[in-house]
Amino acid sequence: MTSVVVAGAGSIGSLLAGHLARVAEVTVLTRREEHAQALAAEGLRVSGRSEFTARVEATADPARLPDAELAILACKGTDLEPLAARLEGRVPSATVMTIQNGLGAEEIVAAHGEWPLLSAVTFMSGTRHGDTHVEYVLDTATWIGPYRGTTEADARRVADLIVAGGLKAEAYGDLRPAQWSKLIFNATVNGVAALTELPHDFHFAETQRLSDLGHLVRDLVDEGKAVAAAAGVELHDDPWEMNVLATQRGHRHYPSMLEDVEARRPTELELINGALVREARRHGVAVPLQAAIYRLVKAKEASYS
Amino acid sequence: MRICVVGCGAVGSLFAANLSLLEDVEVWAFDLFREHVDAINRDGLRLTGAGEVLGHPRATADAAELPPCDFGIVATKAMHTETAIAATAHAFAEGCVATVQNGLGNEETLAAHVERVIRGTTFPAGKLVAPGRVQWDVKGDTTLGPYDGRTPLAEVERLADACTRAGMPTYAVADARGPQWRKVIFNASTNPIGALTGLTHGRVCERPDLRALVSGLVDEGKAVAAAQDIVLDADPEELIDHAARPEVAYGHKASMLQDVEARRVTEIDYLNGGIVRFGREHGVPTPLNEAIWALVKGVEASWQ
Repeated sequence: MTSVVVAGAGSIGSLLAGHLARVAEVTVLTRREEHAQALAAEGLRVSGRSEFTARVEATADPARLPDAELAILACKGTDLEPLAARLEGRVPSATVMTIQNGLGAEEIVAAHGEWPLLSAVTFMSGTRHGDTHVEYVLDTATWIGPYRGTTEADARRVADLIVAGGLKAEAYGDLRPAQWSKLIFNATVNGVAALTELPHDFHFAETQRLSDLGHLVRDLVDEGKAVAAAAGVELHDDPWEMNVLATQRGHRHYPSMLEDVEARRPTELELINGALVREARRHGVAVPLQAAIYRLVKAKEASYS
Repeated sequence: MRICVVGCGAVGSLFAANLSLLEDVEVWAFDLFREHVDAINRDGLRLTGAGEVLGHPRATADAAELPPCDFGIVATKAMHTETAIAATAHAFAEGCVATVQNGLGNEETLAAHVERVIRGTTFPAGKLVAPGRVQWDVKGDTTLGPYDGRTPLAEVERLADACTRAGMPTYAVADARGPQWRKVIFNASTNPIGALTGLTHGRVCERPDLRALVSGLVDEGKAVAAAQDIVLDADPEELIDHAARPEVAYGHKASMLQDVEARRVTEIDYLNGGIVRFGREHGVPTPLNEAIWALVKGVEASWQ
């Protein structure tokens, strides 16, 4: 059986660990020791679109991780730097896959080891109901592509493994078109949700009145598209259509950035909106509205203290 | 002279209480807050703080009771202008109606109901602390001017004179748009930033990237004013920096932030929304004001 380390046991990490444990030997790296003990003792329950309890190994100590063929870093973007540092010198045979929102996760990990790297973006979502229970909510796919020392075939093997575990995944030769589609989508939707405290719902696609939020959402998407074009990235999906489609599902999705501001936690702003603003500057594209969103969310975070 | 204050919240109360001290002026106060009306008629209208005043305007929540008046002073929140003037317009058939409200568009709303409208901008502020009792926080000037050619400047001067004699320094000018736009640009460029971020005025201004966003909003407002040949009576940028000083309003939470914290509908439609609408009329793009308008409307929508 393939041996897999899943580092980070939030909702995405838990969904991956639980499903992969049906087809691989999974060890979960947690931040807290009691979380690891609970997982090892009780297993990991998955509910919602899948219903089962998986047996997993778990530890909070990177020194106790077995070597593995695949290591997935599934923490939030804000926790990636310390996590990658903890993994220095560990899982020497593994191919390491990042799955964070935004841009720049791969570079952060690359600085901490020589592992071959895969990039991934995920559109699935889940809700943690405790250390040993995650609900599988949106069964949308995870997209995987090569980054350093890997090929599309490597990405396909990981995608096949994830699919065998019961989740959706696809492999691409170049992930950037998908990654940028999601980047622009997230920079727009998450930023607006964090400021208005609206979940992602019909308001984001409304354009009837002059003050409707859909105008701003579309303008932000257009700025993002201009940056992608200047960066030579042809988008996999139109982020505006992704937005309209998501709001038509009738499901009020709470973007992670909204959950973060409600809990007064640091957000993934730098990896998402910050990354887009910096790319815009690098390519000489004016993004006044995205810059405004970035500054406002950053200031909102500053208001907690 | 008979004056009716329409909307007797904090600002309306400052005018009503002070004006009622004048021998030659009969003051009415129209407000829908029944307990406030009853308290005023029973105990008078008491101001404390920047000035100590006990006035005795006649208060009513029934517009039908209002006699014909020489002047109206409308001081409701901007979103209530239409309802308030529709109810009271009959009292001003022979008079002039002044607005001392925040924002843009109030004059237009009044002019749809009454013949002679006075544009006004006022800086005194306070808060209603209990029925019949208002905390007077800051004193300040008021500027009045005719809305259009139908309002004689002499009438504006008569109202300004009464206010000034009552202890509310008021200037009558031929074109009152300068002070109005200066205040609107100041409010539209700072209040919603505080409301969206939760930061006080001073903390907004000390973040260079956020202060630059404020300037972006100011520049759009100035361009819309310039397109209408409005000469601002002071640079909103200077007022913004002045207010950010520790001894002025560093720690002040913008009224819009207070509204958002209390989940009250804000005046965003009449501030940034007003700048956007006038910008469209005069072909001036206002993308940042549009964005801020939409965001604050989104905040309001999140409460439903």
